[in-house]
Amino acid sequence: MLQSTEVLREKPMRIVTPTVQVRAREPSVSQEEAPPCIVASHLSAFFGDAAAVKDVSISIPQNAVTAIIGPSGCGKSTLLRCFNRMHETVPGTRVEGSVEILGSSIYGDGTSPIAVRRHVGMVFQRPTPFPTMSIRANVAAGLRVDSKSHATRGATSEIVEEALQRAGLWAEVKDQLDESAMALSGGQQQRLCIARALATRPRVILLDEPTASLDPLSTQKVEELVYDLRQTVTVVIVTHNMQQAARVSDGTAFLLMGELVEFASTRELFTAPKDPRTESYITGRFG
Amino acid sequence: MRTARSRHLVSGAMIGLTYLAAVLATLPLLLILVHLLTKGASSLSLAFFTHMPRPVGEPGGGMANAIVGTLVLIGIATVIGLPIGIGAGLYLAEKKSSPLASTVRFLSDVLNGLPSIVMGIFAWEILVRPIGHFSALAGGVALGSMMIPLVTRTTEEMLLVVPTSLREAALALGYPRWRTSISVVLRTALAGIVTGALVAVARIAGETAPLLFTAIGNAFWSTSLSQPIAALPLQIFAYANSPYDEWHQQAWAGALVLIAIVLIISLAARFATRSRFGAPVD
Amino acid sequence: MTSLPVDWLEKDRRKLRVDASAFSDKVYEALTAACALVVPALVIAIALSIFAAAWPAFAKLGLSIITTSNWDVSGGHFGAAPALFGTLVSSTVALIIATPLAIGVAIFLSEFSPSWLRQPVGFLVDLLAAIPSVVYGLWGIFVLIPLLRQHVMPFLRDTLHLGATPFFSGPAYGPSMLAAGVILAIMALPYISAVSREVLMAVPRSQREAALALGATRWEMIRDAVIPYARSGIIGGIMLGLGRALGETMAVTMVIGNRLEISASLLSPGYTMASLIANEFSEATNDLHLSALMAVGAILFIITLIVNAVARWLVWSVARRRAQ
Repeated sequence: MLQSTEVLREKPMRIVTPTVQVRAREPSVSQEEAPPCIVASHLSAFFGDAAAVKDVSISIPQNAVTAIIGPSGCGKSTLLRCFNRMHETVPGTRVEGSVEILGSSIYGDGTSPIAVRRHVGMVFQRPTPFPTMSIRANVAAGLRVDSKSHATRGATSEIVEEALQRAGLWAEVKDQLDESAMALSGGQQQRLCIARALATRPRVILLDEPTASLDPLSTQKVEELVYDLRQTVTVVIVTHNMQQAARVSDGTAFLLMGELVEFASTRELFTAPKDPRTESYITGRFG
Repeated sequence: MRTARSRHLVSGAMIGLTYLAAVLATLPLLLILVHLLTKGASSLSLAFFTHMPRPVGEPGGGMANAIVGTLVLIGIATVIGLPIGIGAGLYLAEKKSSPLASTVRFLSDVLNGLPSIVMGIFAWEILVRPIGHFSALAGGVALGSMMIPLVTRTTEEMLLVVPTSLREAALALGYPRWRTSISVVLRTALAGIVTGALVAVARIAGETAPLLFTAIGNAFWSTSLSQPIAALPLQIFAYANSPYDEWHQQAWAGALVLIAIVLIISLAARFATRSRFGAPVD
Repeated sequence: MTSLPVDWLEKDRRKLRVDASAFSDKVYEALTAACALVVPALVIAIALSIFAAAWPAFAKLGLSIITTSNWDVSGGHFGAAPALFGTLVSSTVALIIATPLAIGVAIFLSEFSPSWLRQPVGFLVDLLAAIPSVVYGLWGIFVLIPLLRQHVMPFLRDTLHLGATPFFSGPAYGPSMLAAGVILAIMALPYISAVSREVLMAVPRSQREAALALGATRWEMIRDAVIPYARSGIIGGIMLGLGRALGETMAVTMVIGNRLEISASLLSPGYTMASLIANEFSEATNDLHLSALMAVGAILFIITLIVNAVARWLVWSVARRRAQ
């Protein structure tokens, strides 16, 4: 697995932990200076009575890629789904604490989850193109909900092109925009979903293990895309793959049994973890 | 102690018996179709579709009024049964485990198994007895009531085939719940729902018993909803029980037309299903 | 570039008409819930309307409607025991014929059928359920009954000497309990086989492989590993078929002979509850007669309701076990 994607970036840096390699790069914004984008305080998320996320406080910087890692069942997807109020779409669930995005409280009184989700895009484990829609309609799907700004046809196709460009898919699909999205490969479908999420020009994009169902080559393309996206949008990516977190992220949060164990710059977390539990996890002693 | 040889003989014989069962089970259908074609086709003519029934002794005559009546009844039933059934199916698919959903699911299955004659009595009691005369509307209500549980269950089944991830993707884009349900989930399952609706229509198109209490039949041309209306199954029943040969011939022709309507609808349903599986959903 | 105004959510709220969509969500939910509520409402309305119509007869005659067998309209006697008897006997005959055939077909389709035969045979059997009941009746009158009277009944009674038993004695009428049973068997068959096939397919592969690995023949695998696993589902399917047979009206009315008598011989005519209602409904002139017919309907309703509820419960219990 590592071998196939190792070629991705030149100059891998040798670090102390043997299983993970962190890419040397110039951080676009360093951890400390970046103004926070998502600020969660004392956030807990429940399924019925069981807490999947326990009292998490975290401040996620703007225009950076933040990875959330942890063993399966640690609540990392649930935490992610609290950032666009998707958690509450499952019956019997509940959220406590608060989340602010760019200064607005998304769980505030009278705040509509719909407005939140319009500004916080999400991409899931498996590609989810709408099977009855063309490629074009898929990308424009999020625009059509905006009931007041029924964009003109011309404006829409501009937005579609821009989103597909940003998702690195334009060259591959520009001649088949009106064909079914189901004809695309899995990797292309996933990038189409990223384009769909980008089309509404969100401030934040949440990726829930976006490469879990993809082959190594498609994974590489999506990772490159994520790496580029951080220039224009704040990215939070959940992954069970530590190498991936090391390759694409600026900051990494380690979650264990619903609790935030450690959050630091990716380099720091993988080279000099402060918490012994983080160290055991990244050196492969459990998970 | 049985030998391996005898055990294998028994096994072979039993497998052979299942082949025999398959032959015997398909035989009646083939027989019925052959008889319908041979006996029905000979008395089928253009006049059968365009003419009204004639009294015994007069040659010719057709079932134009009954054919139209059946279509009217199917129309009323569909207008009642389809929207309510699809709405209930949406509810069941979305509130999977709520107490109301479990109750509705169970009662739909029970309703599907109730004798159709019971639906006739029900429609007669609420729409014929209080008003004082039989009507096409009462017939349509009886058939529509039969359609509701059928459409409810098939709609639910088809909606459950749509992956949850698709619903989540729409919600995450900022779709309100209702738009997620209608323009993503329902839209994705549409081919299957159309199939289910067609199967339900085929099922009620040939129903006779509920009509005895409601539409009752009409020897004359009528498309009025408040008047008794003719229907193919009723006409077939009346003619088959008559002592006249010509009417028996007409009954066979009517049965052929009725089965053609039902088969065309069923085949359309098969076709719709096929195209559904042709397009990968997940 | 990401300098959003602090009140961006508030702005969006107006722009996106989110209050409107929250309201639409409520309307949508209420509408679908209302549609769902139609189903229980329908069940209650059906029960109420039938019992309301049957009440005068129950009040006057009590249970004598199904315990006595004197049906004399002008004399005011309404004993429909022969119809109850006919319903039970014709359905039993139907199940005796249909069950082995239906399970045989289901096993054939789920285990042994060559793949090219599976679809067409499955389709033809399913199609049996799509044939309108009145067409079965027509075919029964003009094809099945002559066949039974001229060939099958003499063969059973004389060649096989079954005439010595009360069940096949007496003159061979065409319209008879046997004719009704055969028609009902054909009509119930697709329901039993569809459910059986479904539950057989649901038996896990491991179950079959374990049996084969122990050296069982293919039949022993079916008998010892597959059928026990699917048993309650198959019984549920049989009960669904029974529900169909009990309530079937038109085809039976056309072939059973419509005579209100209790006779042990399957070769004699009989009556069923459903056909009694269908036949006499249009002739019923006095209120008690009408109400007595509705009372017969109410009893039929209760019987089929119970049979169906038990059937569904059995099929569901298999499905639930599979889900676990």
